[in-house]
Amino acid sequence: MSDIVLKTENLTKYYGGVHALESANFELRKGEHVAIMGDNGAGKSTFVRQITAVEQRTSGKIWFDGKEVNFAGPIAAREAGIETVFQNLALADDLDVPSNLFLGREKVLFNLGPFSILDRKFMRKATEAALIRTAVKIPNLSNTIRHMSGGQRQCVAIARTATFASKLIIMDEPTAALGVQETMQVENIIRTLKANGEPLILISHNMRQVFDLVDRIVVFRRGRIVANLRKQDTDGNDIVSYITGAKTGEAELAA
Amino acid sequence: MTQTTHGVGGLSYDAKKRTWPAEFNVFLALIILVGAFELIGRVFLGDSFLFNTRANVDTIFNEARLQIIILQVSIVGIIAIGVTQVIISGGIDLSSGSIVGATAMIAMSFAQVATVNGNPNPKAMFIEQGWTDLPVIVPVLVAIGCGLLAGLINGTLVAYTRIPPFIATLGMMVTARGVAKWWSKGQPISFPTESFAAIGKGLMPVIIFISLAILFQLILSYTRYGKHCYAIGSNEDAARMSGINVKNHKILVFVIAGILASLAAVVLSSKNLTAQAGMGVMYELDAIAMAVIGGVSLSGGRGSIIGTVIGALIFGVIISGFTFLRLDAYYQEMVKGVIIIGAVVLDQWRQRLRAMRA
Repeated sequence: MSDIVLKTENLTKYYGGVHALESANFELRKGEHVAIMGDNGAGKSTFVRQITAVEQRTSGKIWFDGKEVNFAGPIAAREAGIETVFQNLALADDLDVPSNLFLGREKVLFNLGPFSILDRKFMRKATEAALIRTAVKIPNLSNTIRHMSGGQRQCVAIARTATFASKLIIMDEPTAALGVQETMQVENIIRTLKANGEPLILISHNMRQVFDLVDRIVVFRRGRIVANLRKQDTDGNDIVSYITGAKTGEAELAA
Repeated sequence: MTQTTHGVGGLSYDAKKRTWPAEFNVFLALIILVGAFELIGRVFLGDSFLFNTRANVDTIFNEARLQIIILQVSIVGIIAIGVTQVIISGGIDLSSGSIVGATAMIAMSFAQVATVNGNPNPKAMFIEQGWTDLPVIVPVLVAIGCGLLAGLINGTLVAYTRIPPFIATLGMMVTARGVAKWWSKGQPISFPTESFAAIGKGLMPVIIFISLAILFQLILSYTRYGKHCYAIGSNEDAARMSGINVKNHKILVFVIAGILASLAAVVLSSKNLTAQAGMGVMYELDAIAMAVIGGVSLSGGRGSIIGTVIGALIFGVIISGFTFLRLDAYYQEMVKGVIIIGAVVLDQWRQRLRAMRA
């Protein structure tokens, strides 16, 4: 139990009559990278939204970092150490890289309420350190995000999650809108996170990417977890049959 | 590619290729405009716009004209400082002109003298209560209180009822004008104390304008509040997801804008030695125009107080220039409108250009 970062028990979410998520039991261990796969509307994003408290679950329990948790909202979840890279990047286009990394948690020199003076030097240094740690390449930190390519923006969003000693990183299709080279860049960052032992939940449709990057694959179908497989115990065809429903039933993880 | 600077992760970039600040373009526009008036003046009138041509005055520049240029925009400029912050945060404030009217009336009624030429002041509102000849701090604090209240209402409406800022402040615009008329039943309020009259004397409006501009430029550049203005204006959802209290921030921005409008009211009524219910009509649009001309993007997230100050100067140069060219005052209004549209079109154009280069 001690090396389990995140655990959900019978996590359920109904939107009115729609059963978007039904009794999801999920575990994530320290340093483990898990992919969540499934068709559109299978319940992947719903599952993540319950964990990050963007929505409040209908029923079920969540343990995070050894404690049972009931986050009031996404900010509480983030403060507890769950960082999310959203599909629609939560970046402010007109701010530079350090400002975006520290958005909402700026380091200040003196605390004067809203008029606190920012410690710009510290934030710039910390940004450089975070980018180097996650192997993100950005030519000019002072450029606004607006001037950056999709890949660079995604890298900044990921570097942000890695800046603040997070305990769990969730990425919702981080490479969906990226080109080949940019996708490689993001995947390299994910490998760096793996090497640093940071646990990750990756939502992705990209089979090649999933098999390249993660340890375990969880498949959602119609709001239920239908497969939970270690990478070496399965292959692409197997996963596809779970996703399309050709194969059913919850597979127990042998371990 | 001669001069490269090292970035993060082994990449480097051409330092020369950095985009220059938008304020530079605005400043360039100011120079060109002054140059154009100078040229037209020399060719058609045989007179200089900028330089001294009078024999009896020993200066290089025409200082009187320079003073007028900045003096006539400094009061609206004070409002524009607040409006700039509202627009950067992704809002708009149409109520500032009316707040000027209401605040001027209320503040002036606490700044009146008891006797005029030995007789009781005929215009004194609170002579029966004995609230005359009060120290200057009283009307100033009353004014700040009025601005704060108006801003608080604006901000709360925008933050909590989700009414678009355009509508919320439009309501305040009408209401505050009503307050201005109701306060003295339409009568002007005059005869302020000497200390109150000193606030708007001579070049004081300019000094107040420039000091406030510097103060708020520093706040925008170096404080958490400033950073959040830009963050909310450029992506409100991102700001909220990042844990910024967007509601409180919006209230604070409108409160600051309200207080700045009320300070403008103090300076204006002090300078005119009277307050009238019709004061500050259309000031909100002039203030918005100054900000837009100064490169503040109406879609939020971009702009600066420095830009707005230059925008205000462009405004002043145009008005003075038209007087200098002996053109009818009616043309000024028409041209103002054209310039505002031109500034917005230019802003859109610049954005598209940038998007193409990126």
